[in-house]
Amino acid sequence: MAGKSLLKKIQTVQMEKISKYFQGVAANRNIDLTIRGGEILGLLGENGAGKTTLMNILYGLYRPDGGRILIDGVEATFRSPRDAIRAGIGMVHQHFMLVQNHTVVENIVLGDGEAPFLFPQRAVEQKLLKFQELYGLKVPPYARVWQLSAGEQQRVEIVKALMQGADLLILDEPTSVLTPLESRDLFSILRRMAGEGHGVVIISHKLEEILDLCHRVVVLRKGEVVGEADTKGVTKEELARMMVGRSVVFSFDWKPAPKGEVVLQVEGITVRSDRGTVAVKNVDLSVHRREIVGIAGVAGNGQRELVEAITGLRKVESGRIRILGKDITNQSARVIHAEGVAHIPEERIRFGTVPNLLIYENAVLKRHHFAPFSDVLFLDYSEIKSHAVDLVEQFTVAAPSIRVPMKHLSGGNIQKLIVGREVSAGPALLVASHPTYGLDVGATEYIRKQLLKRREEGEAVLLVSEDLEEILELSDRIAVMFEGHIVGILNRQEATIEQIGLLMGGVRS
Amino acid sequence: MVGLIISTLHRTIMAGTSLLLGTTGEILTERSGILNLGVEGMMNLGAVAGFMVTYRTGNLLWGVFAALLAGGAAAALHGFITVYVKANQTVSGLALSMLGVGLAGVLGKPFIGHQLPVRLEQIEIPLLGQIPVLGELLFHQDPLFYGGIVLAFASWFFLRYTRTGIRIRSVGENPRASESQGIPVEKFRFLCTVGGGAFAGLAGAHVVLSYSTSWTEGIVAGRGWIVVGLTIFSLWNPLRGMIGAFLFGGIFVTQYVLQPLGVPPNLLAMLPYGATLVVLLLDGLRKDQRSLHAPAALGEPYSR
Repeated sequence: MAGKSLLKKIQTVQMEKISKYFQGVAANRNIDLTIRGGEILGLLGENGAGKTTLMNILYGLYRPDGGRILIDGVEATFRSPRDAIRAGIGMVHQHFMLVQNHTVVENIVLGDGEAPFLFPQRAVEQKLLKFQELYGLKVPPYARVWQLSAGEQQRVEIVKALMQGADLLILDEPTSVLTPLESRDLFSILRRMAGEGHGVVIISHKLEEILDLCHRVVVLRKGEVVGEADTKGVTKEELARMMVGRSVVFSFDWKPAPKGEVVLQVEGITVRSDRGTVAVKNVDLSVHRREIVGIAGVAGNGQRELVEAITGLRKVESGRIRILGKDITNQSARVIHAEGVAHIPEERIRFGTVPNLLIYENAVLKRHHFAPFSDVLFLDYSEIKSHAVDLVEQFTVAAPSIRVPMKHLSGGNIQKLIVGREVSAGPALLVASHPTYGLDVGATEYIRKQLLKRREEGEAVLLVSEDLEEILELSDRIAVMFEGHIVGILNRQEATIEQIGLLMGGVRS
Repeated sequence: MVGLIISTLHRTIMAGTSLLLGTTGEILTERSGILNLGVEGMMNLGAVAGFMVTYRTGNLLWGVFAALLAGGAAAALHGFITVYVKANQTVSGLALSMLGVGLAGVLGKPFIGHQLPVRLEQIEIPLLGQIPVLGELLFHQDPLFYGGIVLAFASWFFLRYTRTGIRIRSVGENPRASESQGIPVEKFRFLCTVGGGAFAGLAGAHVVLSYSTSWTEGIVAGRGWIVVGLTIFSLWNPLRGMIGAFLFGGIFVTQYVLQPLGVPPNLLAMLPYGATLVVLLLDGLRKDQRSLHAPAALGEPYSR
């Protein structure tokens, strides 16, 4: 409750010698971590470094295999999140833990131990309104969660945790779904909370935001603490080195190259969204050989629909799409792939892989029905497996074996395998949607290099990303989408972040 | 003619009562995310338990109690298999249906053709029962009808406006989010399954203690399957379930009314399922993706 959190605050949370194993693999090994009230602590590390596992232990979702947790010097045992919530710990997960079909107040009632049995909605609404005055966190009480933007949903999560009396708030990758503006709002909320004595832990692999927001940073690698620093006395490069264990290249060796013939030709296409509204309006676009075309824009301005239209996942209402001169408009995804369009999809786990199939089976998806992976009737498993071994080696996928289900790999390794699979098909056009979204520094660097390599090898790449630096670093030309239109196409030499930012906001120069 | 209509409507309400009880229970179960296709089996077990105990003791209360217990116990089996062992809910539910029908057949064999010494008598509600036509239809019924109506309203209110109800719905929509808020998902699902089974047992009891009081094999006659369809037809809302139950009850009765007029009864028996398909079809045709109010996690086993 709000009242309680103003009186009592957790002074320190100590995690001592925490270890956690999953099927014999150490996710956390002897981790010591101290969190103080009034402090924003950054927990930095690559994917699979054990950040989320460690915080899930603190939130009672997992029980540690070794070590203990002390709250203000008193040992605490959390059997479930309920115990952690009672002790004053709240967590906002990377993938929001909200019931999409329920209203905001119903979502808050879910975890509110003090909600009355009868008509809890009304009581919670009253509390919510009081809370909004206190913290300035506005959320519409009776909106259904699915109607809210990602930023609003996150605010619901924060309000939910605070209303349950969270003195210590853990946020897992909080900015991964936010626009730059929403991130700024979030940061000011978090600073205010810390100012009032709350402890805040941010899990992230974005160096800038850790340096910008946090007081202190702890770096994890492979389940162990490898460094700790005051953010005032540390540089981005130092942190990156701690995190990856070696130096990281932040800018790539981009060489000008003469662009070749047209590979993708989009002529005046119009595409509808899932809701039936027109999402892509009369868009023209071309991508040439030896060229990367980047598409920038705030999420939801038609980028996704455009990509789905090009890759055959969505119906084109009008207009034409050609690959190397051949009309592929409204062909099936399978035909389009066979015509030389490879796709690194936006949601890599849902659309890029079959999580329950083994790695070697995933390695030949979309090509399993062609030679050499299959003949008229049967799959050739020895070919498939040797192809998978090649991919895993060539694209440095960290996997225990090619015989494990895809779902056991970390996000970065899943993406490396997808990139390897798509590239190895030798496509004329590679469509990459948010290829480094949610990936750590090491994997991001690797994937970007692969995209540049495609370009150097003389192929065409269409890159959709919300990461402006990525777009600017890799693209030959940058197209900006706003409300379904391409509102500007800039050449690499003339593009600046400011200019793109204005176009993204719908300001035409 | 008016007499025939009134008596048909009266029988409609009687036939609808067991459907109402069963549907309310199945909505409760499915709202928690567990699909129990074993309603036919649970109703059969409830019917045979209710019949046997009432026959032996001559006490209706004991009979009703036995039916509740039988339905709940059968559902507990389904709950254990699907919630804790996390087996496929469709397979387990279908198996439960066959098991229940078979077991009821065996247990009821010695009672075929026997008549119960007592039955659930129709009770007239004072004053309201005096209203012409309506009074006879709605306030001249057996206690389980009144109970069923109260339970349907109560369930609707419970699911919508109580803390526990919201948590049950949350578990059925997003078990992971519920767990992260400290809700014991497995316990909720198991208890809702058992509760829903008890309702089905009660529905079975109504068939033997009120609708027809002599035992014949297959006495439940597919009502459990109508309940499964009704749950979808109601779009998981107990109030709509109530309307649907009496609508489908009417179809159930008209089979017998229209048969002498040359309408093939099989055609009418098919209607509830046809109506369910039409509801699914109409709902599917609507553009809004979220119009079907099926709990989002219905039928999916949950493990951390």
